[in-house]
Amino acid sequence: MNIIRWREKPWFEFDPFSEITKLKSDMDRLFGVVRSVTSHEPMFPKVFPALNLTHDEHNFYIRTELPGIKAESLDINTNGVSISIKGERIIQEEGENVSYHRSEREGGYFKRVLSLPAKIEPDKIEAKYKDGILTIVLPKATEAKPKKITVKAQ
Amino acid sequence: MAEENKKFEPKNKEELKTAVQETRPGPVFIPQVDIFEDVNQVTLLADMPGVNNENISVDLEDDQLTIRGTVKEPENKDEIVISREYNWENYFRKFTIGNIIDREKITAAISDGVLRLVLPKAEETKPIKISVNVG
Repeated sequence: MNIIRWREKPWFEFDPFSEITKLKSDMDRLFGVVRSVTSHEPMFPKVFPALNLTHDEHNFYIRTELPGIKAESLDINTNGVSISIKGERIIQEEGENVSYHRSEREGGYFKRVLSLPAKIEPDKIEAKYKDGILTIVLPKATEAKPKKITVKAQ
Repeated sequence: MAEENKKFEPKNKEELKTAVQETRPGPVFIPQVDIFEDVNQVTLLADMPGVNNENISVDLEDDQLTIRGTVKEPENKDEIVISREYNWENYFRKFTIGNIIDREKITAAISDGVLRLVLPKAEETKPIKISVNVG
């Protein structure tokens, strides 16, 4: 925290509450981060595409919405530690004699790399594309699967 | 070549905020659309991932075009969320169509989560070329 000297600013610009305001915004930011980690409210990422990552006993699941993409244009690679999803969305030309009322759909290249939270079996990964949603199923490696420990009664 | 190197701009899914009440609670998303017309027809493309031909409805009442898509829960019940960056919910959007549409010839197709709706213009509204005679 800096100490503000009197003479740095003329008296009419001096804000005695600036440090308090800053502290408040810092605290809000801190709690904002904590809240988004603990709740299941979606955090909108600044990269495309947005991914949802879930898991159950056997697999991890990555889902992403990619409407209007050819399945063969998707390039999914993994090294066992992270997975990358690459592709391109092409918005086709609709002829020369059309006039656009609205043009909201976007096209372009995208690439996203995601670190995997545990060991997986890279050879058994399955990817499905249906109704514009890509689902990648990553089977967990045996050592990453939960083990049930039975308690023996004596 | 500039077009080819275009990077995808991330866009948040836009939620519908309106007085229309849905029977199911939760957000409703506005699908992103392209609308264009030529002399014969008006075409509408809408991005609705998770929607297929079984759970989409398109209605044209007077000049009000309504698109509605319902999305099934993609996750199994026993899946635990690690991180969530998007929600899925139903889609809803309404448009006022300025042209007079030949209702009998409307076609709708949905593939890979993109709806393509073709609204042919009625014959009487098509422009007719009037030749001017030099007298």
